[in-house]
Amino acid sequence: MHEKDLVLDLQNLRIRFETDDGTVYAVNGIDLQLERGKAIGLVGETGAGKTTTALSMLRLVPTPPGIVECDKLALNGQDVLTMTDKELEKIRGKDISMIFQDPMTALNPVFTVGDQIAESIHLHENCNMIEAQRRAIDMLELVGIPGERAGEYPHQFSGGMKQRVVIAIALACHPQLLIADEPTTALDVTIQAQVLDLMKNLRTKYQTSLIMITHDLGIVADTCDEVAVMYAGSIVEKGTLEDVFLRTKHPYTEGLFNSLPNINDRKAMLTPIQGLMPDPTNLPEGCPFHPRCPYAGEDCRKPQTTRKFSDTHFVRCGAYDRPGFHIARKEEY
Amino acid sequence: MAKNIKLNKAPNEVKKRGMWSELWHNYKKNPSAMLGLVVIGIIIILAIWAQFAYDYDTDIVEQHIKERFQEPNAEHLLGTDQYGRDMLTRILYGAKYSLSVGIVSMAIACTVGSTLGLIAGYYGGWVENIILRTCEVFVGIPTILLGVAIMTAFGQSLGVLMWAIGLVYVPLFARTARAAVLPVRSEEYIEAARMAGVSDMGIIFKHILPNSLSPIIVRTTMGVASGILSASSLSFLGMGVPVPAPEWGAMLSNGREFIRDHSYLTLFPGLAIMITVLAFNLVGDGLRDALDPKLKRKG
Repeated sequence: MHEKDLVLDLQNLRIRFETDDGTVYAVNGIDLQLERGKAIGLVGETGAGKTTTALSMLRLVPTPPGIVECDKLALNGQDVLTMTDKELEKIRGKDISMIFQDPMTALNPVFTVGDQIAESIHLHENCNMIEAQRRAIDMLELVGIPGERAGEYPHQFSGGMKQRVVIAIALACHPQLLIADEPTTALDVTIQAQVLDLMKNLRTKYQTSLIMITHDLGIVADTCDEVAVMYAGSIVEKGTLEDVFLRTKHPYTEGLFNSLPNINDRKAMLTPIQGLMPDPTNLPEGCPFHPRCPYAGEDCRKPQTTRKFSDTHFVRCGAYDRPGFHIARKEEY
Repeated sequence: MAKNIKLNKAPNEVKKRGMWSELWHNYKKNPSAMLGLVVIGIIIILAIWAQFAYDYDTDIVEQHIKERFQEPNAEHLLGTDQYGRDMLTRILYGAKYSLSVGIVSMAIACTVGSTLGLIAGYYGGWVENIILRTCEVFVGIPTILLGVAIMTAFGQSLGVLMWAIGLVYVPLFARTARAAVLPVRSEEYIEAARMAGVSDMGIIFKHILPNSLSPIIVRTTMGVASGILSASSLSFLGMGVPVPAPEWGAMLSNGREFIRDHSYLTLFPGLAIMITVLAFNLVGDGLRDALDPKLKRKG
C-alpha cells in the first residue's frame, strides 16, 4: 500500500474526566486517519464524545478534570502531543481550525466582524492590521457577504450570515484541517443548504480536509467521503460513504437509519432505538450498545475487537462471530 | 474586462456605531444622570479656574486675624474661618484635592483590582484562590483603619493618600471584575478565540475585558465618590493631606471645634463634599442603567 498523505493521524485516543461523582469515560480508544483533501463525518448521538474528540485534536480539552491519553496524535506529520503552549497557539487557527455549532454565540459581540476575521489573519500570517483588514474584507466577500458590512457588529447579522462569518474566520488562514462541529444545527434548512454548499466550494478551492461532526446522516451523505459512527466514546463502524450507507454492518448504525423518516413511504412508522445512551461513568461491559441492541447475546458482554470487512470498512461488533449472522437491513450494491 | 463600476465603499467609510456612542445614546435620556454629569463638569471647571485665579500663599493659607469668624457676607460669600481665610476661595481651591484623590485613587484601584480580578476569573483554581483569599483578608480590615495604617507607614502627602485609598479599594474591584469575567469566560466566542490561536493574555484583555467592562465602569464611577469620602474622612482624622492645605475633610475637621457658634464652617465644606459625591453617584447610576441591556428597550 502506498504511503498516504495523512493530515490527521490519531491512534488509540482515550479521554476521561475525573469528577467528584466518578470518572466519566468520554472517549475510549479511537483511531482516526484522514487524508489530505478528504472529508470524514463523525456521526453519533448527543454525548457520544464527538466534540470531545475534536477538541482533543487541538489539545483544548480542559485539564483538569480531563485526562487525554493517546498513542499518536499527528497533524500534518507534526506531533501535537509534545508541543508547547506557544507552538499550539501557532497551529490553532493556522493549520487546524474549527467551526462552532452555534453562530449566535461564537462571535464576540463587542468587535466588528471585520476585526474578528482580521485578528486571526494578523496573528498567523505575519502581516500588519491594515493588510489583515483588507484580507478580512476579501474573506467576507468570498463567503458571500458584501465587504462594506465588515464594520458591523455580530448582532446586526442574521444567523446564517453569522455562520458565514464564522466560516470566514475558520478559513481565513487556509487551514489544512477544518473541524466543523454541527455547523448547521442552529440554522434553518434553506440556510443549511447554502452553508453546506459554501463549505464544499471553499474546501475544494483550498484543498482543506474536513471533519464533519453531526448527527444528521443526510449532511454526511452530502459532504463526506468517509463516515465514522460513534457510540459511547468508541467508533462502532467506520468506512467509506458506500460502506456505511449501503453495506451497513453494525446494529447501531442500522438503528440510526431506521430512526430516519423514509421519503418513499411517508406513512411508515419510525422505529427509534430503544432506551438511552449509557451513563459514561458506568459503561456496560463489552459492547456499550448491547443493552439496547436487538441482536444482543451473551457474547456481546465480552471485550470487543474491531473487525475488517474490506480495506476501508471496519465494524466493532462481536455478533459477527456467530455463524451466518447478519442484520435486518439489506445491503445494496 | 476592466471593472469600472465601484461596487464597494472603502472600508473606512463603513458606518460603525460602537459601544461608546451606544452608551451615550442611552445615557443622555436619563435627566438625573445628565444633571450629575453637568455638576461634575462645573466642579472640574471651577477647580481648574481656581488654580489660576488664586495664589496658594496669599489667598489660601495667609492668615488675616482681623477678619476671623465673619459670617457669610457680601465680601466673603461663605464667611471666613478662625484665621480669617475666605471659605469660598478655600473650598474652590480645595476641589482639586478631592477630585484628584478620588479620580487618581480609583484609577489605581481599577487598574490593579480589575487586572487581578480578570486573571483570577480567567484562570480559576489556585490562582483565583490566592488572589481572592488575599483580597478577603484586606476586606476584613476596616477601610479607614487600613488607610490610617498606610498613611502612618508611608507618611502624609497627597501622593501617599492617593495610593492608600487606591489600595484599600483594590479588593472591591478584584471581586467585581472576577464576577464579571465568570459568565463571559464560558462563552463560545472565547473558546473560538482560543481555537484561533489567541494567547491567554490576548483573550483576557482583548476578548474578555471589553465584554465585562460595564460593571467595572459603574464601580469606578461610584468609587470616585467613595474615594472622595474616604479622603475627607482621613483628612478629618488628621491623616490625610497635611494642613494647611484646604482639603474639604480637613476644613470640616477644622470647623468642628467652632460648630456651636460658627456652624457655617462645617456646613459649607460638608455641602461641597455632599454635592460632589452625589454628582458622581448620579453619573454612576446613569451609567449602570445605560449599560444594562434590559433597560435599553424601554427608551
